[in-house]
Amino acid sequence: MSDEGGAGGESEHGDEAAGEDRPENRPHRFDRLPATADERTVPDRPTRAAVLEWFEERFGIPPGAFEGYSLWERGAGKIWVLAEADKPEPDAVDVEALGMTLLRTRQEYWKPTMAGVQKVGGHATRNILELDDERAARFLAGEEQDLEWEGDWGYLIVAHEIAGGVEPLGVGLYTYGTLRSQVPKGRQREL
Amino acid sequence: MDVLERYEPLVGDFAAFLAACERPLPSVVRVNTLRTTVERAREALAEAGLEPEPVGWHPGLFRLSGQPGANWPYAHGWLHGQEEVSAVPARVLDPRPGDVVWDATAAPGSKTTQLAALMDDSGRVVATDNNIGRIAALRSNTERLGVTNTAVTTEDARNHSLKPFAHDAYDRALVDAPCSCEGTVRKNPDTLEEWTMEHVEGVAAVQKGVLRRAVQATREGGTVVYSTCTFAPEENEAVLDYVLGEEDCRPVEMALPLEYAPGVTEWQGETYDDRLTRAARIYPHQNDTGGFFCAKLEVTG
Repeated sequence: MSDEGGAGGESEHGDEAAGEDRPENRPHRFDRLPATADERTVPDRPTRAAVLEWFEERFGIPPGAFEGYSLWERGAGKIWVLAEADKPEPDAVDVEALGMTLLRTRQEYWKPTMAGVQKVGGHATRNILELDDERAARFLAGEEQDLEWEGDWGYLIVAHEIAGGVEPLGVGLYTYGTLRSQVPKGRQREL
Repeated sequence: MDVLERYEPLVGDFAAFLAACERPLPSVVRVNTLRTTVERAREALAEAGLEPEPVGWHPGLFRLSGQPGANWPYAHGWLHGQEEVSAVPARVLDPRPGDVVWDATAAPGSKTTQLAALMDDSGRVVATDNNIGRIAALRSNTERLGVTNTAVTTEDARNHSLKPFAHDAYDRALVDAPCSCEGTVRKNPDTLEEWTMEHVEGVAAVQKGVLRRAVQATREGGTVVYSTCTFAPEENEAVLDYVLGEEDCRPVEMALPLEYAPGVTEWQGETYDDRLTRAARIYPHQNDTGGFFCAKLEVTG
């Protein structure tokens, strides 16, 4: 077992299902995020409250957008989202994947995933960069482009218009007049 | 095409069957209703110049004039490239929102993501496969299509464990079994060159094991759907005949909204359970699709 991201503690909280009582971050297991810091047993694990607050602060996405969804960590700082409105799971689940990736919290600046942005980005009210089709195509191809942007630097939701509506497409990193596409290699396309 | 000669006694219009097997298949996409409406996807496909033509028997399936992978609606996770008949088994399983469903041989995830969409991304889908490479394809499809109700397990489906989960049985299970894939000849003409009787027999043993596990893991009154993309009775009716004898289940009627032939009860000196006429054999010439087999079981114990 790897001990990545965690030191031992005393609590048995949340570990019954896996028959383990050492609260640490096990990179191959999904652990439910604690609701708040008071419930946290694994050091440095983000809380659900902190994740929701971040989405609201950064993008104006209301916490209600996550109602019916639980948040999980597998590996240090990799946050997943699971629809769990009607089928509750144990607090630790040892599987290959549980729902969908949402957010990376390992680095100083948290970074949403493309899948996450496509899922909840429709609720965003700020830090959304809408591109025309030509620029959006370059973004989808993984290119870097020079761009004027008056808003915040950092990770933005890149959106464009399709079939009569503006839809979130992916994540861009904006710094010093440059937009860097964060579209994963496997999802890049030349249109 | 020599392999297909063995099916002449089963297929009504054998000349039409062979002719259909030699024609390439059109590109078909299924609209991901977790992300958009069928109407908006159709508009976006038209904007992309792909001339979407609705498939009559299934809402949200479109035949396209070009390849489905490089266009805006695909990039947004609005579409999944999926052969027409491959959309059949999830419809037959007919999962409801809130159900707990096992997709026993899930990769690359066409049916997994279709099941999730039919369930409005609620309840739970457990998607199992034993091949890491194919699991990667399954994972990328669930991510791209925004599926959040699905857990993926890497294991041999014959030994599927429910231990990681809160549920102790499934409401429904789908066994879209690995097979000799004769029915995909229109997409992969090489399939028949690799055909051997040894492979058919080997894969049939796996199919029996997976289907048994699916029946065992499904609650009484629940539904199990068994499907393949092969014409071989050894991998279809013979597998079901065996499992009917070993597990508590019975074949039930289904009404498919496309043309098909009933399952067979005799093949090369073997006889199978009479109720297997309730299964469906879909031949390529009947609906201008790939070939397919599908049966629906009710779990009785």
